[in-house]
Amino acid sequence: MTALVVADLRIRFGDTVAVGGLSFEVPSGGAVGIVGESGSGKSATALALLGLHTGAAVKGRITFGDDDLTTLSDRRWRQVRGARIAMVFQEPLTALSPFHTIGDQIAEVYRLHTGATRRAARDRAVEVLRQVHIPDPARRAASYPHQFSGGMRQRALIAMALSCRPQLIVADEPTTALDVTVQAQILDLLDEVRATTGTSLLLISHDLGVVAGSTDRIVVMRRGVSVEQGATAAVLGAPSAAYTKDLLQAVPHASPPRKIDGEPLLRLDGVRKHFPQPRRGSWRRPAPIRAVDGVTLDVRAGETLGVVGESGTGKTTLARLMAGLLAPTSGTIQLDGADIGKRRGGSVQMVFQDPLSSLNPRRTVGESIADPLRISGVRDPRARVEDLLRRVGLERREYDRYPHQLSGGMRQRVGIARALAPHPRLIICDEPVSSLDVTTQAQVLALLEDVRAEFGLTMVFVSHDLAVLRQIADRVAVLAEGRIVELGETASVWANPQHPYTKELLAAVPVADPAEARRRRALRLASPG
Amino acid sequence: MIGYLFRRIGGAVLVLFGLSLLLYGLFYLAPSDPAILTCGKGCTPERLAEVRHAMGVDDPIPAQYAHFLTGLVAGRDYPAGPATRHCPAPCLGYSFETDQPVTTLLLDRLPVSASLALGAEVLSLAAGIGAGVLSGLRRYRWLDRIVNGLVLAGYAVPVFLVGLLLLLLFCVQLQWLPFPSYVPFTTDPLAWAQNLLLPWVALAVIQTAAYARLTRAGIQETLSEDYIRTARAYGLPERRIIWRRALRGALLPLVTLTAIDLASIMTSAVLTETMFGLPGVGQLLVGAVNQIDLPVVVGVTMLTGVLIVAANTIADFLYAAVDPRVELR
Amino acid sequence: MRALRRDRGFLFGAAVALLMVLVAVAAPLLAAAAGQDYTTYHDNLLDSARGGVPLGRLGGISGEHWLGVEPGTGRDLFARVVHGAQTSLGVAVGATILQVLLGLFVGTAAGLGGRWADAILTRLVDLVLALPILVLAISLLAIVPSNWPRPLLLAAVIAVLGWGGTARITRSETLTLRTRDYVAAARLAGAGWSRIARREILPGLTAPVLTYAALLLPTNMVVEAGLSFLGVGVRPPTPSWGQMLSSATTWFRADPMYVLVPGGLLFLTLLSFVLVANGLRRALDPRQREVLLQ
Repeated sequence: MTALVVADLRIRFGDTVAVGGLSFEVPSGGAVGIVGESGSGKSATALALLGLHTGAAVKGRITFGDDDLTTLSDRRWRQVRGARIAMVFQEPLTALSPFHTIGDQIAEVYRLHTGATRRAARDRAVEVLRQVHIPDPARRAASYPHQFSGGMRQRALIAMALSCRPQLIVADEPTTALDVTVQAQILDLLDEVRATTGTSLLLISHDLGVVAGSTDRIVVMRRGVSVEQGATAAVLGAPSAAYTKDLLQAVPHASPPRKIDGEPLLRLDGVRKHFPQPRRGSWRRPAPIRAVDGVTLDVRAGETLGVVGESGTGKTTLARLMAGLLAPTSGTIQLDGADIGKRRGGSVQMVFQDPLSSLNPRRTVGESIADPLRISGVRDPRARVEDLLRRVGLERREYDRYPHQLSGGMRQRVGIARALAPHPRLIICDEPVSSLDVTTQAQVLALLEDVRAEFGLTMVFVSHDLAVLRQIADRVAVLAEGRIVELGETASVWANPQHPYTKELLAAVPVADPAEARRRRALRLASPG
Repeated sequence: MIGYLFRRIGGAVLVLFGLSLLLYGLFYLAPSDPAILTCGKGCTPERLAEVRHAMGVDDPIPAQYAHFLTGLVAGRDYPAGPATRHCPAPCLGYSFETDQPVTTLLLDRLPVSASLALGAEVLSLAAGIGAGVLSGLRRYRWLDRIVNGLVLAGYAVPVFLVGLLLLLLFCVQLQWLPFPSYVPFTTDPLAWAQNLLLPWVALAVIQTAAYARLTRAGIQETLSEDYIRTARAYGLPERRIIWRRALRGALLPLVTLTAIDLASIMTSAVLTETMFGLPGVGQLLVGAVNQIDLPVVVGVTMLTGVLIVAANTIADFLYAAVDPRVELR
Repeated sequence: MRALRRDRGFLFGAAVALLMVLVAVAAPLLAAAAGQDYTTYHDNLLDSARGGVPLGRLGGISGEHWLGVEPGTGRDLFARVVHGAQTSLGVAVGATILQVLLGLFVGTAAGLGGRWADAILTRLVDLVLALPILVLAISLLAIVPSNWPRPLLLAAVIAVLGWGGTARITRSETLTLRTRDYVAAARLAGAGWSRIARREILPGLTAPVLTYAALLLPTNMVVEAGLSFLGVGVRPPTPSWGQMLSSATTWFRADPMYVLVPGGLLFLTLLSFVLVANGLRRALDPRQREVLLQ
């Protein structure tokens, strides 16, 4: 019994082909994953399943129950949307109306499709909110979206999807904007909902680890077509298509441990950074935000120190403190025995997360790289800059191009070249690969590793992604609420975590091995919290 | 909330204090001596000293300012020959020209300006939102074009020019309407409206353009929000999406703008009142300026300052009331 | 740039605006070419029986007086109108330049300065934005001695009362720009704040400030016309469109041309500048943010 059959789906935006002949099936009550990098056409496919394309030509057949969805009238479409196929979107922050309460929004959808009374609709809203484990659902139904955390908003959206008991839930990157631990909870919830309600699930993600644990079958997409599909375990265990192999290869792997016996290069001693809150209403000042709250650690010369933490743990603040961009509220940060704030020259450089915001859009990339050289007195830095461009794998002619003319991966290479220009001793990378596709991510990681070895650099690598750190870091520091809760050799932290938070983080890391993913889910569900 | 209110009012008082200091400094330090003007031709030095004393301008400047502030808060006494006369709070002094209390003058003129501003605001809101919504939905290209053109033209035409053209067309050429002259609402509501119609339209044209532009931008921006896509994905009919979701987000900025505009429209009514010969606060100001009647000038300016500050404060509270995301703390 | 070249409204606006600027600059030449000046009275062209309305049709248009003559005085309307363009545009351009300079300076100072500088300057900007511009301008202009150079004074008063918007936009843009990672990168490279302001911040400010300034120009023209209309603008015999419209209020029943000529020119000029501003905004501001006029 199949819930959905997609046959030869083609989607075009003007002259651009987004999807060029895609076929797959979703079995009744089953879970299918679509995996692909940006531009693979996976999101365009999701929108087509709900008829939400406005400016695109959609061809092919989408058979759902007795209907061919591509031929539906507007009125019939509205009866399918939300009632029989429900969608969970990527950005829980903006996917719900900020002006209506969560309960009202769910009730409105339920009333629209079932014609229930106001009271019945309100009760249904509370019921589905309870089903997605929102605590005290009767009271929280009266909350506005901004009063919910990101994870709770995504739960609310799933509740909305459940409200009309649809046969199919389409989840388009439902966890991309969330922290790792929250991501694991949402994936567990989707799995649970599917098991208890018998609805089918189509899970779309760029992350092999996300679909591995939550689907029975997967479709690997690239440039608008399916390159491989089949049972999840079979495709991920023994991929036949070259692209699938590349994808799996690009997933970060543990690298052999290195022996680091350098002297401490950067020493942090009791470092705190508190941000004062504005005084509001009362005359007393509210307590400051303790972004970094007592960090003591050494970065040894020649090592790569990984710093892992979820959003709001102060990891970016810590990175900026280490670079001397922020002055600590108390404590000392010394580079080679000298205070970091008094440092002159480019001995510490950073590579930033968003390569678009880290390059001045109004200057050519060459000029951006040349800047530190000019400041240090080089008259005509063009030749040096072109050498650097070649070193990071770019062409010399990219010198005269502007950031918006480059791809994300190329921009990040420019960011690395700029960091290398003033011959730094320490490079601090703040989430350098988190906005990149998996394959690009792997290339940039390899490049960082190369230049570190070639120039004898010391590196601090800040990330939310433990898997990435496992590959690149020699030691890992686990950051929670502005403090380091665990610090050790990467391999030993991975194999034998001490702190409960580290254990929770590790258990939540998505893995591309379906059996391992299922095992971790079982572990998560067994241990409450 | 209460704390916010107090801080807000405190801030408003500070702004007004700054404004009064500025005004006082500028106007009373100005090169022209008000006493000489009041004293008139054939003024003897003794007579001038008397006038100065009566006007309270013979004290040192800081003392004058202190008196002015006291008068505002607690009222003050003016020497009038052998006796004194009491000017109750909020005292803005007496007009050099007519010797009437400035407060009375202002209160007499206020209903005219308020009628003008309120009517124009209602008119421009209705027309602006209507046009903005229609063109924002982009259903009809021609309509969008017309609104676009009108919006641009509306920016480009000064109030008094619209006024002159309206008078020329409706009162001279077509003779549909009488030349405007103010009739109080309480005397004859119909005549009130009939006489104010042209001034309202003249004032509303520019405001309408601004509202239409804002509404249109708001609608288009809101329609591209993720939560509108969610609403579509859950089968909500388009009409419901527009009325219940999109308009809510689109009209939000208008709420604050309306409150602020109501105050600024009263100041731009200076031109309209002069243009149509309506006896409002603006006309009072223009007259006072030509006579260098400083207490009246200061009074009008303070009044508009109070209105603007009050409107801004009200706007903030309104904003918090309509947008659940905003919290006043 | 390519978008601007295809924007018909912008092209029309730019052409008219350019023409007006040329007219304003060449006003004395144009008046001389017409064989007229803006001060000579022509009583012989007026109908004294009707209180001084120009003789002839359409406000006395003739081969000598291309746009007719002024009622009451008989001065040549063409000469007065082109000199009026000089006044209106000159005051508006001067005021806009002053406003932008003031606003840029205060805005970047608030955005890059410390917490205290920002707090104080922001208060100041709030105060300036809360000022009832027209009311204060009338009062200010009324009390200054009448022998001061009037057009300069007008520009200064309009600028001093109206720089708040530019400052606010500059400040908020600066605050956003300074958090960009490329500013951090420049600091790490060893750049000082002045280099950062010049190289990283100012280029980012051009587009928003230019768009805003383009809208300020017509706004300032409206303010100047309004002040002249109320009789506190330029002093006679210097002509200005607002002042002509003001005296037209007493003549418009008998001589509609006296309203239509300066009024039409004022409208056309304002419209052209608004069209230019609108085109610039669409081309330069990808977010299509609405800039509100006061």
